[in-house]
Amino acid sequence: MFINIIKTLKNNKGEILELWMKNQLADSVLTEELISHQELRKQSEELVNALVNNLNENNINDSQSPDFDQVTELLGGISISRARLGFSPRETGSFILSLKEALLEILKQESSNVKELFEETLKLSRLLDNFTILTFETFIKGREELIMRQTDEITDISTPVIKVWDGILALPIIGTLDSARTQVVMENLLQEIVKTGSGIAILDISGVPTVDSLVAQNLLKAVSATRLMGADCIISGIRPEIAQTIVHLGIDLSQVITKATLASALQYAFKSLRLEVRKTASEPTGINK
Amino acid sequence: MERIPILKMGAFLLVTIQIDLYDRLALDLEEDLVKMVEQTSVKGVLIDISAVSIVDSFMGRILGNIASMSKLLDAQTVVVGMQPAVAITLVELGLPLNGVSTALNVEKGMHLLRSMMDFNGTDQEDGYSSYD
Repeated sequence: MFINIIKTLKNNKGEILELWMKNQLADSVLTEELISHQELRKQSEELVNALVNNLNENNINDSQSPDFDQVTELLGGISISRARLGFSPRETGSFILSLKEALLEILKQESSNVKELFEETLKLSRLLDNFTILTFETFIKGREELIMRQTDEITDISTPVIKVWDGILALPIIGTLDSARTQVVMENLLQEIVKTGSGIAILDISGVPTVDSLVAQNLLKAVSATRLMGADCIISGIRPEIAQTIVHLGIDLSQVITKATLASALQYAFKSLRLEVRKTASEPTGINK
Repeated sequence: MERIPILKMGAFLLVTIQIDLYDRLALDLEEDLVKMVEQTSVKGVLIDISAVSIVDSFMGRILGNIASMSKLLDAQTVVVGMQPAVAITLVELGLPLNGVSTALNVEKGMHLLRSMMDFNGTDQEDGYSSYD
C-alpha cells in the first residue's frame, strides 16, 4: 500500500485547519487578549493554504525551495507581528509546532503501514522543523529590532541640550556615560554651541550613577572638545560619593572647572559673563500676571 | 605655488584657512606665519579654521607648533571657528591642543586676544582698539 502524502494533505485541507485550530486553542496559554480567535483562524487558514498548495514531490525535502516563498513570507510576517505585539516565544513556537501535529494526525488516519508512515512523518517533520527555525529567527529578529529602536529612543531623549541663558548651555546627563553615549552627547553639545554661539557649557552629572575611570575619560573628552570649539565647560552635580571615587581612582580633574551643584555652576557662568542676579528693591507686584 | 594669505589687522595677524590643508601647505603656513610675526612684531595671531572639515594628527601638531613658536616671539595664538566634527576628531586622536587658546568665532577671538593683551599689560597704543 502506497500513500500519496501530498494528495492526502491536499484533500484534507479543511480537516487540517480544524485540527490545527483545535490544537492551538487547547494550549491554555493562548488567550484572546493578544489576538482574536477569528484573526488567528484567518492567519492559520492562509498558512495552510499556502503550504499545502505549494507542496509537491520535489520540494518536500527542500524547505529552501522557491516554491515555499509564499509560506516563508507569511510565516515571517506572522512572527514579526507577534514579536511586536509582545507574544511570548512559547506562544509563537507552539503556533507552528501545533501545525505539525495536525498534519501528522491526518497522515496517521491514512495509513497503518508503520514503516511507510514513519518515513513520511520524517520528511514532513524535517520540513516543518525548518519552518519552525525560520519562525524563531524572524521572531528574535523582530524582538531585537524593537530593542534597538528603544535604545535609540532612549539615547535620543536622554541627552537634551538646554539653553539656560543667553550664552549658557546646560546638558544634564542621566544614566551611565559609555563611549557610544559620549559620542552622542558630544555631538549634540558641540552642534548646539555652534548654533547658539554659547561661550559656556555646563555638564551636569547628577544623574550619572557611578563614575569610573572610563566615564571620567569620556567626560574629559567632552570637556576638551568643548574647549577646542572655543567654549568653556563646567562639570557640575558631583555628589560626595563620586568625588570620593574620583580621588580614590586617581583621576585628575584639576584642569576642569568643577562645581557641586548646577546652581553654583550657573553662578560661575553668570560671573564670567559679567551678569548678576539680585533682588529688586521693591516687592514684585502681581507675580501671577 | 599655493599659499595661505596672512593679513595684518592692527596689532594682530589674521589667517583664514579656506581650504583643506595638506601637509606641504601647512608647513609653508607655519614658516610664513613665524616670519610674519617676527617682521611685524604683532602681539596676537588669529587662525580661523571654520572652513576646515578634515584634520589629522599632523595638522593638530602644526597648530600646536604655531602657537608655541608665536609664544616664543611674544605673540598669543587663538584658533577660532573649529567645527564640531574637527573638535571630536582631535580629541579622539588624543590632541586636545592644550597650549592653544580657542574661541567660537573671529569676533570672539579678537575680543579674547584683546583681553589677553590687556592682562599682559601691553600698552594700548598699537591701534587695535579702533577695531571695536
